Amino acid sequence: MSVRRFRPVLLPLAALLLVTATLSGCSSTGGRRAEQARSRAATAGGAVDTPRWTVAMVTHAGAGDAFWDTVRKGAEQAAAKDNITFLYSNDAQTQNQVQLIQAAIDQRVDGLLVSLAKGEALTDVLAKAKAAGIPLISINSGQEFSARFGALTHIGQDESTAGKAAGTELGRRGRKSVLCVIHEQGNIGQEQRCGGAKGAFGGTLQTLYVDGVNLPDARAAIAAKLQADPAVDTVLTLSAPLAATGLQAVQDARRPVELDTFDLGTQVVTGLQAGTVGFAVDQQPYLQGYQGVDLLWLYRYNLDVLGGGGPVLTGPQILTKDDAAALAAYVARGTR
Amino acid sequence: MSTDLLVSRPPGRHRRARPELGAALAAVAVLLFFSVVADSFLRASSIGTVLYAASTIGIMAVPVSLLMIGGEFDLSAGVLVTTAALTSSMVSYQLTAVTWVGVLVSLLVTLAVSGFNGWMLGRTRLPSFIVTLGTFLMLTGANLGLTKLVSGTVTTKPIGDMQGFDSCRWLFASELTVGGMTLKATVWWWLGLVVVGSWVLLRTRYGNWVFAVGGDAAAARAVGVPVGRTKIGLYLGVGFCAWVLGQHLLFSFDTVQSGEGVGNELIYIVAAVIGGCLITGGYGSVVGGALGALIFGMVSKGIVYAQWNPDWFKFFLGAMLLLAALLNSWVKQRAERGR
Repeated sequence: MSVRRFRPVLLPLAALLLVTATLSGCSSTGGRRAEQARSRAATAGGAVDTPRWTVAMVTHAGAGDAFWDTVRKGAEQAAAKDNITFLYSNDAQTQNQVQLIQAAIDQRVDGLLVSLAKGEALTDVLAKAKAAGIPLISINSGQEFSARFGALTHIGQDESTAGKAAGTELGRRGRKSVLCVIHEQGNIGQEQRCGGAKGAFGGTLQTLYVDGVNLPDARAAIAAKLQADPAVDTVLTLSAPLAATGLQAVQDARRPVELDTFDLGTQVVTGLQAGTVGFAVDQQPYLQGYQGVDLLWLYRYNLDVLGGGGPVLTGPQILTKDDAAALAAYVARGTR
Repeated sequence: MSTDLLVSRPPGRHRRARPELGAALAAVAVLLFFSVVADSFLRASSIGTVLYAASTIGIMAVPVSLLMIGGEFDLSAGVLVTTAALTSSMVSYQLTAVTWVGVLVSLLVTLAVSGFNGWMLGRTRLPSFIVTLGTFLMLTGANLGLTKLVSGTVTTKPIGDMQGFDSCRWLFASELTVGGMTLKATVWWWLGLVVVGSWVLLRTRYGNWVFAVGGDAAAARAVGVPVGRTKIGLYLGVGFCAWVLGQHLLFSFDTVQSGEGVGNELIYIVAAVIGGCLITGGYGSVVGGALGALIFGMVSKGIVYAQWNPDWFKFFLGAMLLLAALLNSWVKQRAERGR
């Protein structure tokens, strides 16, 4: 008797089992269906009478970044509301981001959203966008370059200001010695966050460099530092994934250390609720995408510009235990 | 020693199909595909963008193809481009020198690094994978470490207002607009390097040495081919082209990010392989490598023009490249059977 003889029977049988299991095993609460219902409810209604415009967003993000996914979600929802075709592309390498911006210009988009993390390197290509008459709004990083490149406005958070807000809050909470964890060595924005916090905070603040793409290693490094330096009573991380890693490291170190962080994520909100995370400094990525698309729509529709020549700030917003319960649902659906 | 024998082509090469035939057909197929799928793909400005993307890979695909025909890899090729740009920028800025000084020092540095690769290889007989993996890691660290040490941040200071910048920019990063199509200087460099590389490979004694060394190094050495020097020459070619591309990045973007270039070495190798270069050496062509770069440029930008979901970008890219490579090998087999 060989397996071969059973083959004609096996396949339909497996299919039948699968169908029965799917039909009879339906959950009436939660899961994918509930999520779909929620998202239908969120995007329904409210259409505008403007023609179908196209807006492209080109960022310096790496692939699969949770933060940028939230930015995209905001942009997509604004685009659905404003009758806009939204195109997204991203590349962490300068020359590739430049080529993607050029590709957007080639496609004759009606508006352009660009993150200016690479600063000067984008001068030429953004001059071409201007020459082609494409309105530009810069988002997230590169506030200082925004006006020079002829952007209508900049939507984002000033990193030094955000750092200062964190420092003030740390002081208010009576922390004495803070460890600021930089997970991308040489990222100017991260240096500004720690620097800003140090300036506004009364106690001592040291920086620790860890490898942000090697989380087990980062966890060990933070734990080792906490064990070696008993004076440290607070860890300040600069992103949601690192906050989760920092929480594990605090557990490893086996002593009461407060963890505070920049940015939101599921684990950060649970931490806020449980009291393991003190506060989070949020820059509202959803708003950066949503406002970017919406402001371009307003500009095309009504020549409206927000910010009066300065940036439109989406942060810093200090979130604590009091806000956590309300935020949990929004984080779960990926808009906070 | 009879070097006359080596001036003529090795007998085996006549029987085989032209290595770039499959790649040429694949390139045409990709072109037709995206012409249909993406409305804006055939616009003059888009063609300029695609050619630019292809040229930034193609400039490096020339020496990497030659190196592969010679039987070796260079994993440091991607970051060496960044090293070239960083060196040039920082030397000019720190010495407040005419930018040409930085450009020339950068050439010396890249040639020294790539020469070291070749020399180390000949000296130790270690696989090139190991040797260049070592230099790849060292360069990645040195790029970041030295830039931070010298400039204080991870990005170099802008040198756009320095003397000599404009003439350097003209040579490495100028652009020419013909009927809406913007051709960047890299496209001309690419074409020039393909012509020179092809000529060296097919029409000179050195080219025959490259085939011989890649086919069977021991046999080549036995008939008097200077194996070590041939390979050092191939690595110097990589260094030179990395210098060209590095200067382009510097003079078109004004500043350089020290962490870039990692991963690009694989793209150069992919271009060479799609172009029909045998991964074990001894077979391939420079034109094939150039077509490989063109295919890569068309696919990577075609996906954007076709407005496909960017989350799947790498998947589409991989699938298209695999298809191109399959078509390539299928055509080659057919051609060989037909003779």
